[in-house]
Amino acid sequence: MQQLLDRFIESRGWTGDWAIELVYFLGMLFFAVALLLVVVTPFTGIVSWAERRIAARMQSRVGPNRVGPQGILQWAADGLKCILKEDLIPEDADRILFTAAPYLVFSGLFGAFAVLPFSEHLVIADLDVGAFYVMAITSLVPLGIIMSGWASNNKWSLLGGMRSAAQIISYEIPGALSLLAVVIAAGTLSLQGIIRAQGWSPADWFLFRSPFLFTGFFYFFVANLAEGNRTPFDLPEAESELVAGYSTEYSGMRFAFFMLAEWANLYVVASVVNVAFLGGWNVPPIAEGVARTLLQIVVFAAKSLVLVFVIIWIRWTLPRLRVDQMMLLCWKYLVPLSFLNVLGTAVWMMIVPEGSAAGRIASWILVLVGLSLLGLFGLRVRRNLKDADVERPRLSPIA
Amino acid sequence: MIAYVRNIRQACTSIFDGMAVTFSHLFRRPITVQYPDRIPRRIQETLPDRYRGHLEVDLDICISCRACEKACPIECIVIEDVKITKDSVTGVDGKETARVKEPTRFDINLYKCMYCGLCVEPCPTGAIRFTKEFEGATDDLSRLHLRFVTPERREAVLRKSEEYEKEQAEKARKKAEAAAKPEGGKRVDPPSAGEESKEGDME
Repeated sequence: MQQLLDRFIESRGWTGDWAIELVYFLGMLFFAVALLLVVVTPFTGIVSWAERRIAARMQSRVGPNRVGPQGILQWAADGLKCILKEDLIPEDADRILFTAAPYLVFSGLFGAFAVLPFSEHLVIADLDVGAFYVMAITSLVPLGIIMSGWASNNKWSLLGGMRSAAQIISYEIPGALSLLAVVIAAGTLSLQGIIRAQGWSPADWFLFRSPFLFTGFFYFFVANLAEGNRTPFDLPEAESELVAGYSTEYSGMRFAFFMLAEWANLYVVASVVNVAFLGGWNVPPIAEGVARTLLQIVVFAAKSLVLVFVIIWIRWTLPRLRVDQMMLLCWKYLVPLSFLNVLGTAVWMMIVPEGSAAGRIASWILVLVGLSLLGLFGLRVRRNLKDADVERPRLSPIA
Repeated sequence: MIAYVRNIRQACTSIFDGMAVTFSHLFRRPITVQYPDRIPRRIQETLPDRYRGHLEVDLDICISCRACEKACPIECIVIEDVKITKDSVTGVDGKETARVKEPTRFDINLYKCMYCGLCVEPCPTGAIRFTKEFEGATDDLSRLHLRFVTPERREAVLRKSEEYEKEQAEKARKKAEAAAKPEGGKRVDPPSAGEESKEGDME
């Protein structure tokens, strides 16, 4: 794809067999987009089902389990229902902006898929400014959200849109700064380059490269949650305050597009974090050729899905922040800390050169810290389970 | 500065604790009752004994005393009956109760019924009572108009009533004969006895 694009630009377009080149290029573009849509849409659907199931289990409920085995086709039923719904446009709405907004939100997120790698070779475009591109293209999303909030001519929508704008603009800063620390460590903005700068073992991941990058991981994760309007930062669509925020006036497929974007965003966030900190598709050198590619896809998807699970899990654990708390967290905690992080990473790179013995020891110590945190967490969960395992009188005559 | 660090520590530990709690919930069984289909027993079987569901009438022990009809505050019970030869029924409490009438029509409008239970209380034999059925949803309102007397039963009751009338007519005739013999035709009026019984039917 990339070479093709380069060749197209180098040939200066309109000479020789330009017509064939153009058709070929457009065909490839269409193929790539179609492939992505075919992969991404069911993925977002299944994530929406998984989220509802997980949320239900965390609340001692069952969740959707009727459509298909264990309810796995629930998303298809929901989508079908949305298609059948009437497409309402409020009378006083700004028609053009109102109709355009969902597509802008969706394309902003979908655009990020252009640079997200799935394996070493399976990537649509390995841009030299990939990290930059992701930050920039996902900034279309708040634009779409503000558009929808404004065009709906509804105070809840407008409030949701404004909150979203304030939130996303604020959290871009710690997000970008934390990513900058990674870029400093990797020496490149290309997402593939960032992955290549890491290795397959946890000790080679940027997460455990230095204490600064270790904390930076959490800043980046939190900032990305906020940019994606996920709980605890879902102020723009806070049900209890704003009905549904910017999507209040939407129905049918337009509403479905917002939802699609929300769940596609889960994957975008997870895979960007995965690329930046968790080593992406790096696999141990145990396979060659196609097997290696498949292994890379599996590893990358597994890491991303674990992160998706964590995001869902956070959503059903933490309550929503207040607006002032949200701003406080960003400007008083994340921004100064991530500045410190950038500085610290640069200093660390100077003191402990990459690949030195000291660096490796620090990495392994950080891996141990991470593992012990996980172990502590496991013990905590076990204790909670034991506490819950007491015989309670059955209050209900039913069941 | 100390408060700043303490805030960060508190945020981290509370998120850590909270996430441990929600994660442990993934390993517990959900408590949802999946009414109506995915439950081990029918839900009706698990309801308490005094549950007020749909009304039902056991016509075999109904003596058509109309206590329920009179008690009903919204008149959703309609009874028509005929006189029959006196017999007795055994109520649900085991007591014998005399029966002189039997219903030819016993309708309950469940869509009017408010499940107050005032009809159940005065019933001397326990013929009218609550069941545990509560699923009354239907697209046809007339399904909730319960007609407990089937046409066959009505026929049977009417036959009984005819027998009773014959009996009464016979009795009246014998009485009249008996009265006629010693006193020679004083106060003999057989047709009026028949009329009396007919009036009884019309009640």
